[in-house]
Amino acid sequence: MTTTTAPTTATEQATTLQKGYVGQSVPRKEDRRLVQGQGTFFDDVRRHGMGYVHFVRSPYAHARIVSIDVSEALALEGVYGTITGDEVAIHTDPFFEMSVEPGSRIKDYALAVGKVRHMGEPVAAVCAATRELARDAADLVQVEYEPLDVVVDGEEALKDEVVLHDDAGSNVVWQGVFDWGDVDQALAEADHVVKIKKLHFHRFSSTPLECAGALVEYDKGTGEWTIHCNHQMPGVGAIWMAPALRTGIDRLRFVTQDIGGAFGNKICLHPQFVVLCLLARKLGRPVQWTEWRTDQHTANAHGNERTFLDVEVAVRSDGTMTGFKVKALDDCGAFPRYEPLGCIIWAQVTPGCYAWRNIRVDFTQVCTNKSPVSPNRGYSRMQHLWLTERIVDIVAAELGLDPVEVRKKNYVKAEQMPYETPNGCVYDSGDYARCLDLALELIGHDTIEERRAEAKGRGKLLGLGIGSTLDSGTNNFGQSQLLNPELQFSGNNEAATVKLDIFGEVVVTLGTVPQGQGHETTAAQVVADIIGCTPDQVNVRRGHDTWFNSSAGFSGTYASQFAFTGLGAVKGAAELLRDEMIKLASIVFGVPEDAVELADAQARLKENHEAAIPFMGLGAIVNANNAFLPPDFNPTLNHRYVCRPIFGVVDKEAKKGKLTLTYATQIHACVVEIDEETGEVEIVDYAAVDDCGIRINPQIVEGQVHGATAHAIGAVLHETFAYDEDGTLLTSNFYDYHVPHALDMPTLKTGAIESPSPVAPLGAKGMGEGGGGGIHCVCSAIQDALRPAGGAIVYDSHNPNHRVWEMLRDPEATRANVEVVSK
Amino acid sequence: MSEPTSSRAVSVEVNGETYELEVPARRLLVHFLRDDLGLTGTHVGCDTGNCGACTVHLDGLAIKSCMMLAVQADGARLTTVEGLAADGELTALQQSFSDHHALQCGYCTPGMLMSATALLAQNPHPSEDEVRVALQGNICRCTGYVNIVDAVVAAGETR
Repeated sequence: MTTTTAPTTATEQATTLQKGYVGQSVPRKEDRRLVQGQGTFFDDVRRHGMGYVHFVRSPYAHARIVSIDVSEALALEGVYGTITGDEVAIHTDPFFEMSVEPGSRIKDYALAVGKVRHMGEPVAAVCAATRELARDAADLVQVEYEPLDVVVDGEEALKDEVVLHDDAGSNVVWQGVFDWGDVDQALAEADHVVKIKKLHFHRFSSTPLECAGALVEYDKGTGEWTIHCNHQMPGVGAIWMAPALRTGIDRLRFVTQDIGGAFGNKICLHPQFVVLCLLARKLGRPVQWTEWRTDQHTANAHGNERTFLDVEVAVRSDGTMTGFKVKALDDCGAFPRYEPLGCIIWAQVTPGCYAWRNIRVDFTQVCTNKSPVSPNRGYSRMQHLWLTERIVDIVAAELGLDPVEVRKKNYVKAEQMPYETPNGCVYDSGDYARCLDLALELIGHDTIEERRAEAKGRGKLLGLGIGSTLDSGTNNFGQSQLLNPELQFSGNNEAATVKLDIFGEVVVTLGTVPQGQGHETTAAQVVADIIGCTPDQVNVRRGHDTWFNSSAGFSGTYASQFAFTGLGAVKGAAELLRDEMIKLASIVFGVPEDAVELADAQARLKENHEAAIPFMGLGAIVNANNAFLPPDFNPTLNHRYVCRPIFGVVDKEAKKGKLTLTYATQIHACVVEIDEETGEVEIVDYAAVDDCGIRINPQIVEGQVHGATAHAIGAVLHETFAYDEDGTLLTSNFYDYHVPHALDMPTLKTGAIESPSPVAPLGAKGMGEGGGGGIHCVCSAIQDALRPAGGAIVYDSHNPNHRVWEMLRDPEATRANVEVVSK
Repeated sequence: MSEPTSSRAVSVEVNGETYELEVPARRLLVHFLRDDLGLTGTHVGCDTGNCGACTVHLDGLAIKSCMMLAVQADGARLTTVEGLAADGELTALQQSFSDHHALQCGYCTPGMLMSATALLAQNPHPSEDEVRVALQGNICRCTGYVNIVDAVVAAGETR
């Protein structure tokens, strides 16, 4: 693909004027160290006497382990020790499972015990003096396997002819029906029923450039482990790890510094980390593991693969869509781990951007002999939103409706906000139609037919695509109870501390675990506005450290929520500090509190700015010179605040409730050209319009839009985790798994509007995940381009050139998938 | 079995400092820089030479330090990302990366900077297309390249 030459244009349409630093594109505090190679990533951390760990992994997708012999490896000079699944089974308990039966009976240990269930599954680990030696020694571990039959297809797995987990007795992890409104009546009353037999959302992942890993130290005297790592959700990681290790959660200290991207893929690292903890204790030395790229692709974190079957959509003659039903089959690979949460997370965006009220989803999740999944940018909602966008485009194509008009007719309207969805979620704000207009304007929608004709003359089929998507943020863990009523998770929380130190230093610690989202910068913006200084004067400590005492049970960076919970905690702590600083100054000045203000890093009298105490003075009084303070005033200038979003309790019977609190919008539009001879797809114009409410830092927001769009374009055109029938992954490195390079990416045009969230502390919505808008958009454009060439239906989320070529050659094969029944 | 039994004395100049040390023959240049010299700004993002996070300059050429053994660099003059900002003064390109928000997690950034610095040395005013061609060996998973390309073009324009 070549690049476009159109200039990047940004249509900035801020609707809310900000004063202060919030709302400004303040330069990032993180950049100075990172552009000089002075960042500290986990692999940069060294300890005296540390050993390097290499995992011995299964070459088979499904096999019984007959024997493991580590004697040759142990005999190699420089090898410190080994560990196998048998030892793991003695020293740990299986990780807890979130599902009900039969999924709850699955036993998942840190290393394979008795059996391997996917290629690359760790069966043993070796620790040695160097990385190279550890790898050599791993080669010397003799494992005898007895291969078993393999199942790699979700629909095949449902038959239970090959069962992965004998304890469960079935491949089904979870099954349930979600039924809101009355879809049968909607279908009966519809003028047209559009039926789609099968749509498939493929496997891929964000593949962060920094692989996973950790350096783990064990303190024999206290029984504490320190885990220097890139885990992005340590709070939940610890909830998995501590019971498995038969220890208290206070014995696990997670430390993160700079992290080289995560995108959800660094949430399910607990199996590997438990192995490291056991090795560190067993060998009495720090142990370090850095995942190899091939191992990350083969056996760490794939996105959920989902097949949609027997879709039926109710449409009125005027193009109003009133509902749909579908059977969804989710393939979570060999172990559920974070699953079956994906079986409910999609319901945060049940109707997508549309106002249909009657929806039934019959959802089943199965295990297959493939890599386990983990949350992946747009987790679970992206698959469902892709379904809704495919439905809209297929309905439009089959009924001869304009894809723009049918969207506008069916979108939830701005005047309906806040809008309660059929399953009790509340879309807090937004204006989808306005975003669509902006996106269409950016790609020159009014000239599309002329460009279509011009392209035709060059042997190209030109198509216009639209992707309407939502990024639901601030997750209610109570939704887990819709899957398993016994689970004791609900609500959400995040913590931060803000303090004023002895020489006037403002120091912030976060519970969040940033991986490039600029939390140090945006937290400093918020604090600076509240306590009256500049972001440069605010020191936001890098990363997460359990010992900061600024974490809560759900601490982490995931699920598009920093703008709400992370900054909400920062705001709360900064306000407590501000109030105390004002009270302290009022006592010193002997004036009422309302006569004092904080500005220019001073507490001063509102009426006389010359009467001022610098921050240093306030810090010194409390920390070093406090004898004169009245006995009934005991300031700390050190505040911790936990942001607890208010969701209410979910209705387990009706499967209703506020599953998330904020809904950022992204509407994408693009123009593609398809070579009629080869099927090659080129994106020739692309625009993404974002509405995440108040943008704390517009430049950072735009960067997230760019990144999410690149992931989506990579997924729809290039990236796939493809398996052969033996369960061998065919795309285990960056040669075969082609992520977009600079030459693959079109120039991206961006626009923004701001519909402030009425529920978020700063009016700002989480928005980093992006909702897969680019996947929906490019699929839409390809289908539009193919319309004059037989009208193929885009049925898969992955559309490399060869698939497009097949759709050009045999459009009927895809059209057989669709049927319209009209009255 | 491939236990390292041989090693060799290597002399290299890195960021203006001369280093002479005995290095296992099998050690990759990137691991030599990171583990032996402690220059951890150079990163590893893949096993296959695709990602470019390990890009450094060897005698003025941008190379991937994971695709070369340390012993092959004997006698060479190397520059890593730590050597770009003399005395803590950011180069125009480094400043441009920050100004344009051309980095998010910062993991690919050292490699991007080394590839782009080499480009600007040869072609002080590259076009957008020339920048994209020059950076095709460097993978970024955060930015979609938009702001990286803008940053390099802008750095060229201000030279």
